[in-house]
Amino acid sequence: MTEKTFMAGFGGQGIISLGMLWVYCAMKEGLEVTFFPFYGAEKRGGIARASVVVSDREIASPLVTSPDSSIVMNLDSLPLCEAIAKQGGTLIVNSSLVKVDPKRTDLRVISVPCNELAEEIGDAKFANMVMMGALSKATGAVKLDKLEAVLKTFFPESKHKFIPMNMKAIEAGRAAV
Amino acid sequence: MAEEKKLMKGNEAIGEAAIRAGCRAYFGYPITPQNELTAYMAKNMLDKKRVFIQAESEVAAINMVYGAAATGTRTMTSSSSPGMSLKQEGISYLCGADLPAVLVNVARSGPGLGGISPGQGDYFQATRGGGHGDYYHMVFAPKSVQEAADLTYEAFDLADKWRMPAMILADGLIGQMMEGVVLPEERDLASLPEKPWAAGQGGGPRHVSSCILVPEELEAAVRVRFARYEEVRKAETRFEEVNIEKAELVFVAYGTSSRVALGAVELAKKAGMELGLFRPISLWPFPSARLAELAAKGKRFLAVEMSMGQMVEDVRLSVASSAGAGKADVQFYGRCGGVIPSEEEVLAEARRILGK
Amino acid sequence: MELTYGHPKSLKPIQTKYCPGCGHGVIHRLVCEVIDELGVQERSVIMNPVGCSIWADLYFDFDSVQVPHGRTPAGATGVKRCLPDHLVVCYQGDGDLAAIGTAEIIHAANRGEHFTGIFVNNAIYGMTGGQMAPTTLIGQKATTAPYGRDPGEAGMGYPIRVCELLATLEGTRYLARGAVNTAANTRKTKQYIKKAFEMQLRGEGFGLVEILSPCPTNWAMKPGEAVEWLEENMISFYKLGEVKNTIDAASASPATKEATR
Repeated sequence: MTEKTFMAGFGGQGIISLGMLWVYCAMKEGLEVTFFPFYGAEKRGGIARASVVVSDREIASPLVTSPDSSIVMNLDSLPLCEAIAKQGGTLIVNSSLVKVDPKRTDLRVISVPCNELAEEIGDAKFANMVMMGALSKATGAVKLDKLEAVLKTFFPESKHKFIPMNMKAIEAGRAAV
Repeated sequence: MAEEKKLMKGNEAIGEAAIRAGCRAYFGYPITPQNELTAYMAKNMLDKKRVFIQAESEVAAINMVYGAAATGTRTMTSSSSPGMSLKQEGISYLCGADLPAVLVNVARSGPGLGGISPGQGDYFQATRGGGHGDYYHMVFAPKSVQEAADLTYEAFDLADKWRMPAMILADGLIGQMMEGVVLPEERDLASLPEKPWAAGQGGGPRHVSSCILVPEELEAAVRVRFARYEEVRKAETRFEEVNIEKAELVFVAYGTSSRVALGAVELAKKAGMELGLFRPISLWPFPSARLAELAAKGKRFLAVEMSMGQMVEDVRLSVASSAGAGKADVQFYGRCGGVIPSEEEVLAEARRILGK
Repeated sequence: MELTYGHPKSLKPIQTKYCPGCGHGVIHRLVCEVIDELGVQERSVIMNPVGCSIWADLYFDFDSVQVPHGRTPAGATGVKRCLPDHLVVCYQGDGDLAAIGTAEIIHAANRGEHFTGIFVNNAIYGMTGGQMAPTTLIGQKATTAPYGRDPGEAGMGYPIRVCELLATLEGTRYLARGAVNTAANTRKTKQYIKKAFEMQLRGEGFGLVEILSPCPTNWAMKPGEAVEWLEENMISFYKLGEVKNTIDAASASPATKEATR
């Protein structure tokens, strides 16, 4: 199993935290991982993109150029994600911000209203975690079955109070697929 | 017992490996894409009461390294391409004074200010003695965060062993990406090798210098150093081979581009084609002898680089010394400017060459 | 009988390569006398710079580290941070310190590095053969200022007063300017060096002693004329004395107090 994921959105949507947590959970599930955030000169705003690979064997290129799955967090990212998706690949679209349907017909498109679901939980900032739940359910690559224990080792003690919110968001994402 | 696998950025893993190898003095100047490394050293060296200085320039940083190395201290600096250019003066002096040090280049794309995206255009500078004068130093190119940590750790031992700098030539992708890494064990500082040549230990004066103004004496000193280079070539040449036996065409690539080439090997396999990968790990010394052997067996090569073609010159020189000299086919595919080639385009180039 | 004067133990008893009338020999001796008096020969390191004093390792009978041109304070920083209990002497000429190495000296001084700068100012480039230095006086001739240093039309800039420049930095504690053109000035200079070395050994921040020194060869003068020229031309521009002294008077040793009386 190798799952190559391309994650795209705008700065501030938590793309980097999402990618990092995704590979951290994968690593804790015994997988090989690589996470390459595209870095730019600007420190705020702009685009946020990341190449993320999880696999049960050694990973070749960390650069995802033909993704099995893509995360489309905002409208601007849709054309690129659609263009590079591999034949029959999966597109998980944040339908809160992306109201346009992809043109390609070979893709498996999953719409998840991440912002709305996160707001229902109590904070739109958890939209990225909703997306992570959806990615887990849609790909099965990272099970997230020991989530609470893993989150406890990921977050420092001072942030543990946010773990229940993260878990709720991830659950909501799962349920939306 | 091996430590638990940690998720780390390449830049941070290099820093932690250096600390564990017994680096007692780090000097650096901010430059993207290696900033996390300098910040990591600031926090962790100071926590351990070791020496950390954010220098006023790369020029100052490398000369602080020179001063620290002259006292026998395990020391390191890190930078990225434009900063490494500035350090070349100091590197020449380190080599001229036979001082060990670890140098990390998290390379970006040039020339000039260029861009901050990953590049491999510093190969010539790194492997040919980028400053003035007759010299080389060791250069190791990691392909992953794990290898970046392992090679950095080992680089301190090798630099001490051979009394010369050892460079880790990474790039922005290796520095910025996160992977799982099992860190090497922390060295006991008391267990580090003795350096009877170093200044500051009493028992009669010791002079650390690269200055020899009598031509015959300087020549003799350079020849001694070059005899040592031959020993380094024999002992420290490193490479990795993947699917070479069956391969119709062998990619030659290091660092990030070797990961891409490995991806192309895997894609090819799925399509029923046998391609191979020869990955130099030590760029100096370059694994020429093995490439010559493979050329003599009739292997064909495609060098893949994130440059306009630098390492490919070493591949050509290597195969020129093989039994089948002149016949060996060495092709080149490169991207530059910070563009990382995709495994698909590398495979397409292999197909074009093979006519498949 | 008590020996009251002799060759310093830290200075090798050999003839130097310096030109007749050059100040380096005297300055080397002053440095070594103080090192002997402080009893730190075994734990002293001299940074020998690029310039005439590159041969420091031939003369000083203790450890030396030779660095690239101008990078002397950076090298000294590396040495001192790794050998904090050693006396580190950063010996520099005016080209090394005030031209190519300005960034290094300013930042080492600003960090308050615990080494001592010995800055030999002879207002000219010696080793390379008489080119204009940052400290060359206005109107003074040099091979690269054949009509004299002209800050106006020729745009050659003004002589830099290094002690005064460094005095603005919080990291500097002791900055003094002496000269070796007369016996009295030489004695005074030695006192400055001793204060600066003692301060270093107490770990009290950055100190530097600038020393006006004759270069008869490149000034195209006889040694006797050179010491007079220094007195008449250099001292009027580069005023002698302690430019900055924030060392707590109480922490100075009785010997130093005696000597400075």
